[in-house]
Amino acid sequence: MNDNQEPVLVCKDLSISYYTRAGEIPAVVDFSLTVKPGETIGIVGESGCGKSTVAMAIMQYMGANGGITGGSITFKGRDLTTLSENELRKIRGSEISMIYQEPFASLNPSLKISTQLMEVPLAHENITKEEARNRSAQMLADVKIPDPERIMESYPHQLSGGQQQRVVIAMGLLSNPSLLLLDEPTTALDVTVEAGIVDMIADISRKFGTSQIYISHNLGLILETCDRVFVMYSGEVVEEGTIKSLFTWPKHPYTNGLFSCIALPTTDKNAAPLKPIRGQLPLPFERPQGCYYWPRCDHYEKGLCDQEHFKMEFVEDGASDHRVRCLRYKDIDHSALDSGDSIREKLEIGEQVLNVDTMKKYYEVRDNSLKALFTGKTVRHVKANEELNFTAHGSETVAIVGESGCGKSTFAKVLMGLEAGTGGEIRFNDKDISNIAVRDRSTEQIRSVQMVFQNPFDTLNPSHTIGGQISRVIRQFGVENDKEKVFNKVMKLLDIVKLPRDFYYRKPRQLSGGQKQRIGIARAFAGNPSLVIADEPVSALDVSVAAAVTELLMDIQREHKTTLLFISHDLSVVRYLADRIVVMYLGHIVERGSTEEVFSPPYHPYTEALLSAVPIADPEITKREIVLEGDVPSAMKPPKGCPFCTRCHRRIGDICDNELPLEMMVADRHAIKCHIPLKELSKIKPVIRIPDEAERVHAQ
Amino acid sequence: MVLLLLKRISFMIFTMIVVSIILFLLLETGLTGDPATRVLGNFASAEQKEMWRDQHGYNQPLVVRYGKWLGNFATGNLGESIRFKTEVKNVLYPRLWNTVILGFWTFAIMIPLSLILGVLSGMKEGSLLDRSISVFGILTTSVPEFASAVFFSALFVFGLKWLPGTSSMSGGFEVRQLILPVMVLVVYDFGYVARMTRASMAEVMTSQYVRTAVLKGLPYKQVILKHALRNALIAPFTVIMLQINWLLSGVIVVEFFFAYKGFGALLLEASLNNDIALLEACAMVAVVAAVASQTIADIGYTFLNPRIRFS
Repeated sequence: MNDNQEPVLVCKDLSISYYTRAGEIPAVVDFSLTVKPGETIGIVGESGCGKSTVAMAIMQYMGANGGITGGSITFKGRDLTTLSENELRKIRGSEISMIYQEPFASLNPSLKISTQLMEVPLAHENITKEEARNRSAQMLADVKIPDPERIMESYPHQLSGGQQQRVVIAMGLLSNPSLLLLDEPTTALDVTVEAGIVDMIADISRKFGTSQIYISHNLGLILETCDRVFVMYSGEVVEEGTIKSLFTWPKHPYTNGLFSCIALPTTDKNAAPLKPIRGQLPLPFERPQGCYYWPRCDHYEKGLCDQEHFKMEFVEDGASDHRVRCLRYKDIDHSALDSGDSIREKLEIGEQVLNVDTMKKYYEVRDNSLKALFTGKTVRHVKANEELNFTAHGSETVAIVGESGCGKSTFAKVLMGLEAGTGGEIRFNDKDISNIAVRDRSTEQIRSVQMVFQNPFDTLNPSHTIGGQISRVIRQFGVENDKEKVFNKVMKLLDIVKLPRDFYYRKPRQLSGGQKQRIGIARAFAGNPSLVIADEPVSALDVSVAAAVTELLMDIQREHKTTLLFISHDLSVVRYLADRIVVMYLGHIVERGSTEEVFSPPYHPYTEALLSAVPIADPEITKREIVLEGDVPSAMKPPKGCPFCTRCHRRIGDICDNELPLEMMVADRHAIKCHIPLKELSKIKPVIRIPDEAERVHAQ
Repeated sequence: MVLLLLKRISFMIFTMIVVSIILFLLLETGLTGDPATRVLGNFASAEQKEMWRDQHGYNQPLVVRYGKWLGNFATGNLGESIRFKTEVKNVLYPRLWNTVILGFWTFAIMIPLSLILGVLSGMKEGSLLDRSISVFGILTTSVPEFASAVFFSALFVFGLKWLPGTSSMSGGFEVRQLILPVMVLVVYDFGYVARMTRASMAEVMTSQYVRTAVLKGLPYKQVILKHALRNALIAPFTVIMLQINWLLSGVIVVEFFFAYKGFGALLLEASLNNDIALLEACAMVAVVAAVASQTIADIGYTFLNPRIRFS
């Protein structure tokens, strides 16, 4: 970074408000930011903290009810807040571009990719159509899209999510902007695809010298992509600094709280559990007096923190541009607090509860194309699950990991009886349940296999009270029938999920996402099940809330000695809480074993790539970089041989393309499905290297 | 694409055949009363009826009769109208042409008017223009045709004496006679299509791809014409195609009020007078128009929406 250069963007004391029926709501207050040429700034925070509002304000696109109430946004010497619509139009798309969270929604469904790309240079520069077309195709090649000519002639729905996002990025870069705004650009994508995009974005900023503002809720991603980072809480920046300084010496209790909420390789569900931040993010009109964070802060001092609102100040003895909004930061020693006061004992593993034996699930898909009609192959099979084998014991947490389309949710459906298996068996307590539909299952069977769903917002009936919905489950499961006993049981369940008892009378819309998920957990545990499937239970929740819900789930499991099947795409969380891991890819189990076995060599090449793709929010942990090419193939047309052969970085030859590998047993209950001999796989070095405590910076 | 076209067209033919069977069973068999009684009247003797049946082939097996009946339709031999004492086609074709004229002018005014106003109000949701169009649209749509027909007649025929009160075109075609029926129909239908367009446009304007287009720095005109309009017109297009059926056979009230010699009025006359041959011909024409317009709508829909074209 060249300090002498003029900054690209300067936001000074920016305040943004939304006007609603309830009055003016300040969404962002007192926001200052300077972006130098070629620099990448990260803005991190939980939902509702105002990070996207900042991006929209820079674009000057805030809808009818939003407005800037104070401060300025200066872009290359011009104050954007004073420009006319026509002057803004000349800057948008040519000098400042934006990349959005949902690529599919951001592309016009009824226009060809070529049209949507070409109109950018055509609108901003005086060039011919042919030139615009050539440049668009070249840009598609630059963002590493295979076969740009074919993509140019496609419509958005014909592309995969990763390709769509690359198109949006290409669109943003076409007129070589000086500033790129990225609003959660990879949140909607799979991890291995995300890794490819992040890698490419970094390349681009090096190649074109584009400054970037990268907005994300994911600290690990920010660490991998940015030079400086701003942490936002409830509409204001609470801490800013360089990546190194802020990640190594976080000063604000909220920043530190965020780090304690995410599952890093150094956390462990028994020895070093996550420490959720208590309470909730205050709504904009409920912000407390003084520091906005004090009601949730462990270092709150009465009479000091709750008096006056204060400005950011420079950290003493810190890096020159490390600033924090906290009066007590000098008194707090975050590293000292990490002493394990909450160490828990490891759970005894019980008897085998679940045995999945060569379970298969094929879906029939009707093909109505002309070709299919002629050849007579109108029914095709989509192999959602191909010969799954694994077991789970009492009190054990088994994680099923894989990217979208790998068949993990299909397996959950068969286990729950929502779909019938095509072959093989799922033996639950020694009885095959893979073909018993949920309506044919006994109350006992339904009660003992329960599920916590991914989206807590849609799983509760909006027109019934919480109490009513849980009571119904209790009666359905035949746990209690007497009115008073049912009521008491609901109260007990609310206590278990740590919700106030008067939630009994509330309707779902009065609850936050985290609270709804707690109700979802209470519902699943109402009949004291022996097996609970949790399908991405925290992926829709904010970091601090997710940590609390994860811990809650662990606590209840501990108490009830439940077997937990945890379905997730996030290897960090899985590493934190699982005893055993099943890695799935395109319907196959490519590797299964205990958590330590899966996380250390020998790896299946896909496991290796997954490990490398997951961002880790710890600057001292080093990873070997493995970026996979392309996307997960469609389950309609899987490769003939090994399912992973199209993207494998360790492909050894034709055998991979043509033959399905057999499972190799590495140890008891640890298996890898690969053509590469075990000897070779064992030579691979670990992907993640965690420094010893003595090597760490803060220890020196 | 070819397959889709073939599928739609064969489905269209299938629908028409099914409807023709229903029509045949209802009118040509004893299901809803003896056809001979219907034609000859209640006072005909049993012998007369038997003779009539014999003459007109009603004693042949049902399948053979249906085949012949359908064949006659396909070759344009529509039979003879009892009421008008002439061949059905001599009555039907001029009436159909009149309705086409009425429908064409109604569409020619109503579609541009409602689409433009709908798009304009959808572009700026909640603006003064939007609210006035919405209120006006509800108002005109909720007033039934017979009420607005009376109102406009009172105003333009009896009050201002600008326009003729009947549109029978007895002295040859006259444009002035067309104005009132077209006006009533436009006023009635405009609100519906305009509000549909408005809702669709408003939704598109809040979509993320319109935001993308704006933030690409495209001129506002291009954002609207190129990005928003095409997607916003998908829903109104379907509705407009449905209006064709309505104009063909659903505007009986207006045709009757202005004594306009249209198709809807003919259909009513045929059914009131037990004119079976005419009724059958009218019903078949209505069905063909309905099915054909929907097929065209389906095919046009795939052009507006590439997600259907390429799946």
